[in-house]
Amino acid sequence: MKIDEKARYTRSHEWVRQEGTLWTYGITDHAQESLSDIVYVELPGVGEPFKQGAALGALESVKAASDLLMPVSGTVREVNEDVASSPEVINSDPFNQGWLLKFEPENPGDWETLLSPADYEALCASEGE
Amino acid sequence: MRLEPEPLIFEMSSPGRRAYTLPELDVPAAALPEGYTREEVNLPEVSELEFVRHYTHLSQKNYSIDTHFYPLGSCTMKYNPRVNEKAATIEGLTQVHPLQPQETVQGSLELMYNLQEALKEISGFAGVSLQPAAGAHGEFTGVLMMRAYHASRGDTKRTKMLIPDSAHGTNPATSAMSGFSVVQIPSDRRGNVDLEALRRECDDSVVGLMLTNPNTLGLFEEHVLEVCEAVHACGGLMYGDGANLNALLGVARPGDLGFDVMHFNLHKTFTTPHGGGGPGSGPVGAGPRLLPFLPGPVVVQEEGQYRLQAPEQSIGRLKAFYGNYGMFLRAYTYIRMMGPDGLRQVAEDAVLNANYLKALVTPYFSLAIDRSCMHEFVVHGDIPAAGVRALDVSKRLIDYGVHPPTNYFPLIVHDALMIEPTETESKEMLEQFAEIMRQIAEEAGRDPELLRSAPHVTPVFRLDEVRAARNPVLCYKG
Repeated sequence: MKIDEKARYTRSHEWVRQEGTLWTYGITDHAQESLSDIVYVELPGVGEPFKQGAALGALESVKAASDLLMPVSGTVREVNEDVASSPEVINSDPFNQGWLLKFEPENPGDWETLLSPADYEALCASEGE
Repeated sequence: MRLEPEPLIFEMSSPGRRAYTLPELDVPAAALPEGYTREEVNLPEVSELEFVRHYTHLSQKNYSIDTHFYPLGSCTMKYNPRVNEKAATIEGLTQVHPLQPQETVQGSLELMYNLQEALKEISGFAGVSLQPAAGAHGEFTGVLMMRAYHASRGDTKRTKMLIPDSAHGTNPATSAMSGFSVVQIPSDRRGNVDLEALRRECDDSVVGLMLTNPNTLGLFEEHVLEVCEAVHACGGLMYGDGANLNALLGVARPGDLGFDVMHFNLHKTFTTPHGGGGPGSGPVGAGPRLLPFLPGPVVVQEEGQYRLQAPEQSIGRLKAFYGNYGMFLRAYTYIRMMGPDGLRQVAEDAVLNANYLKALVTPYFSLAIDRSCMHEFVVHGDIPAAGVRALDVSKRLIDYGVHPPTNYFPLIVHDALMIEPTETESKEMLEQFAEIMRQIAEEAGRDPELLRSAPHVTPVFRLDEVRAARNPVLCYKG
């Protein structure tokens, strides 16, 4: 399992990276591995606000469909148009080319509510038991 | 031996060949209005013999319960007794029209009434409507009834449907279709609903909870009474997904356990055809609180006469006419042929078969949760040491002439294979299947590529499902 040391994580297997005032968001390597080949991505429109935990979009793989959950409350400022036409990049490069969207957090202090890389690794290990 | 691929009928086309002859025109010819005609229609041109052979070849490639073992978990692919078909072709029951005056179809109405009564007795509900056309349609009906119940009391703040993470995917879909938001309740380590997590969500915004029992791990929900109590205490209602009713027939009744509404799958539990368009049939049973909201019409009896009537506060019609009537004939025949003792034995044998098969298969594939199962069980279908996934095992099963079990469901079990043998399989068939699973596990150790490239005997080999999903080509382009 690959992990990005600069990112923070959610219990629902998404990652978030601070890049200036905007935070970049995607799904983890563990998530893409569990879903297997992703065939469809549904992303929100730019400017849409979401509360923490709300479903902002969905992924569909050959195995299952899965909601994308908002890690902290905020407003979508940019979406990755490339993943809609080539969802396979989420499988091949979930932390970089496979990013899904950038959002502006309502409260930047919420960063501390997210899981550290070590805590996230521990979570994946406990789920694999 | 590999089955030969069959060309598309378009590929067999030869200009000028015909498989039909029209009778001579005996009325004045009339031209079609302008704009309604096309010169190029690109229809296949074949002779009658070519046409018949083509479709016979396709039918010979068909896979069904009449030809092979079909352990597709949660689908209850049991044998459909031939006596059902005999009853379903009795002229007096089939040569009727839904718009006939009711006094001229008393026999058909009586049969529907008796089926309603039998389902009530089996399930412990106060009333049954036969309208819904299939399982998910029955769910939709039940959730609309729950919505109507809360609305009738002016209780409009309830918008939250609780759904365990082991639920059938149709449960959240139904809730969303009915305008509710879905809150997922996790399972505990024994595969039951996590009671503490449930109690945290129980408040006055709860519409209800949708529970499948036995659940999709094939396990009896050990806390079912506590779950019902917690949901009822906060003013919510209990929906029962009756997909797995086969395990409970004659043993426990959902109405007695505390469910308020439940759908039956006549095409699973009651041996009407399943798959290939069935058609299905998903009657709904309701307890006292939801009884007035059942979809109508239902059949009532008064002074020896049967008639159709809409329940008092009915949510209305869910289906044209009276539901899938042909399936009522088959399901009623099955219920009467089995009788109460026979139906109880169905459940007992289904559970016995599943537990026997579980014991035979688990030396090679590990159990998701190690408990006695009900009518089905879930194993991890992967063999990590060989780099083999559940999908590879399933594809290899096709080479052995067995329909793969349900794959990758429930979602809470990684590489799940969900196996449901049903009560209609013999001990020998179960042992034969277990032996095939043993051989496949052995092949995985010796030659994993054999599994990863399976199937090998089918007209087409491993399909590229990813490419098919990403770039579907749905029309023949010549």
